[in-house]
Amino acid sequence: MNASSLPRWIDIGLLPVLNLIAALTVAGVIIAIIGENPFVAMGVMIKGAFVYDGALGYTLFYTTNFIFTGLAVAVAFHAMLFNIGGEGQAMIGGLGVGLVVLFLDSVLPPLLVVILAVPAAAAFGAVWGVIPGWLQARRGSHIVITTIMFNFIASSIMVWLLAGMLMAPGQMSPETRSFADGINLPLVYEVLQMAGFSVSRSPLNLSFVIALLACFGVWYLIWRTKLGYIIRATGHSERATIYAGHDPAKIIMLVMAISGALAGMMSLNEILGVQQRVILNFTSGYGFTGIAVALMGRNHPIGIVLASLLFGALYQGGAELDFEFQTITREMVLMIQGLIILFSGALAYLFMPAVVRIYSSLRKPTGSG
Amino acid sequence: MADLWLQFVLTIDATLRVATPLILCAMAGLFSERSGIIDISLEGKMLMSAFAAASMAALTGSPLLGLAGGILVSVALSLIHGFACVTHKGNQVISGLAINILASGLTVTLGIALFAQGGQTPFLNKSERFTDIVLPFAEQAEHVPVLGTIYKEIISGHNLLVWVALFSVIVTGYVVFRTTFGLRLRAVGEKPEAVDSAGGSVSGLRFQAVIIAGVLCGIAGTYLSTAHGAGFIREMAAGKGYIALAALIFGKWRPVPALLACLMFGFMEALAARLQGVEIPVIGNISTDLILVLPYFLTVILLAGFIGKASPPRSIGVPYIKER
Repeated sequence: MNASSLPRWIDIGLLPVLNLIAALTVAGVIIAIIGENPFVAMGVMIKGAFVYDGALGYTLFYTTNFIFTGLAVAVAFHAMLFNIGGEGQAMIGGLGVGLVVLFLDSVLPPLLVVILAVPAAAAFGAVWGVIPGWLQARRGSHIVITTIMFNFIASSIMVWLLAGMLMAPGQMSPETRSFADGINLPLVYEVLQMAGFSVSRSPLNLSFVIALLACFGVWYLIWRTKLGYIIRATGHSERATIYAGHDPAKIIMLVMAISGALAGMMSLNEILGVQQRVILNFTSGYGFTGIAVALMGRNHPIGIVLASLLFGALYQGGAELDFEFQTITREMVLMIQGLIILFSGALAYLFMPAVVRIYSSLRKPTGSG
Repeated sequence: MADLWLQFVLTIDATLRVATPLILCAMAGLFSERSGIIDISLEGKMLMSAFAAASMAALTGSPLLGLAGGILVSVALSLIHGFACVTHKGNQVISGLAINILASGLTVTLGIALFAQGGQTPFLNKSERFTDIVLPFAEQAEHVPVLGTIYKEIISGHNLLVWVALFSVIVTGYVVFRTTFGLRLRAVGEKPEAVDSAGGSVSGLRFQAVIIAGVLCGIAGTYLSTAHGAGFIREMAAGKGYIALAALIFGKWRPVPALLACLMFGFMEALAARLQGVEIPVIGNISTDLILVLPYFLTVILLAGFIGKASPPRSIGVPYIKER
């Protein structure tokens, strides 16, 4: 008996939950070893993520980042490409936003600049994704290694530009000048307050809606279009693509462009949503977390939204740990994240043999086994 | 002119210091990847062992116990990697990534719990570190032109682990290319079914390879915190594991070319450090960021087949599934 003979709810429901429980258990043991109560820590995180005033807004703000980077990894995964370059693609996407705004915010009306900045984020991210795609498709270099290298190259470009040409005059920290007034995506709490609801302040902005639209777009592309079918076929066998009359190299480049564009759009949330200037390291690891999100979400948009919510809650709740404990900081979240990637990614089928055994022994009395 | 010569010699000396962890990690990666296991967790293993070694040295006062601690922790991470990739046939890149992220979080978390210094370990004084070994007659050699300077500045005055790193290249070359074990190791990375049908254990060999990788990364981490540095600082591996991986690829998975790539990348870093804020005639101020990015950039160019061809072991990244 193997994975395919298990019912779908076990494969996409039970196993991920078991993996998550295993990761959290190990994290709990580590927390206990350093002398804190893991259940109290968990309680603090849940309160910090959902209960406190404005907490939910922050959680959904982080969720937005993870939806973008998670989708980016998932789209590439469908073509069996492992894009570890989300971090760099997001940085370059942010650079795209910055360049468009910095050049145009004194000449064009704010609304128009914002409308131009959104595709710029996607386009710059796409370029940073398509180069490794091209190197893989046409020059045979492995996408994992090139995307790792491209993260470092992107990071150096950002340091070089933000501490050089693009640095705000009279400033010491490596960042651009602030964008002109009105150049930002509308904040959700402001919109809701205008509509008469009383909502507390949070950085949640229109990017969240764009992220959900992107989820729908990815679902439609992968499962409802011919191109999506070809992408999945390329993932299974390049020869199938050739037989169907398509060039696998072109599909690989296209997929990496889409993947890069999605990662690049993460910068909308951070740069156009809250910062209103380009700062260094605004991606702070969200690109890497996208890998965990895609793994947990089994590369499906609905799964990705759920996994993003989990990581959003971890990030926001993790910030709360800093205030409540002497010995626990937000690095704890990084540790939990590592454990989740280990258990739900590398050890995804750790519990499979046991589950198969239990499942088939439960099935036996009714006959078929 | 004499000043320029001294500057040059000092840069070469710095190159060796900077390249040491790269060399050790590149040899670690060589064992692992030659056996067919991708190892992007060089970074995490080095970081974790840097922390373990500094903690151990701070708590016991002995750098040798620090080294033992560093190796032990790094091997433990290797075993997790092996358990995920060999035993459970999990994705090797994902496993490596998980270890890197885990190490980033765990070092700081444990560091705060143990020492309450914001994730750092206490400062290690001389007796708790691997100190520089001044070779005989180094002081007298100063007066000998050229050769004397080279002897005093480049050859003398390195700590034990620098020599271990250089020695590891010779050992790696011998073990991987001149012994039966090495032959099997390489076979397992190229054609595991051949080793299997000859009665060898694919899993056993791959586990041995990742354990050796763990030992070497452990020495590299120990070097960072208890030889080159004087204590652990958060994120002190700072991408060196990835540069080592780049050097390994640049050296086409062979020990001596990988060593040369490490020295070249180390030289770039040493040069960047030396040129920081220095005005050069005609060219002006060179951006050190652009020098530091060269290793990554060159590796991409190499992988793209523009300078030679780097072909990895054929079965790299593919879990071995025994036919029944």
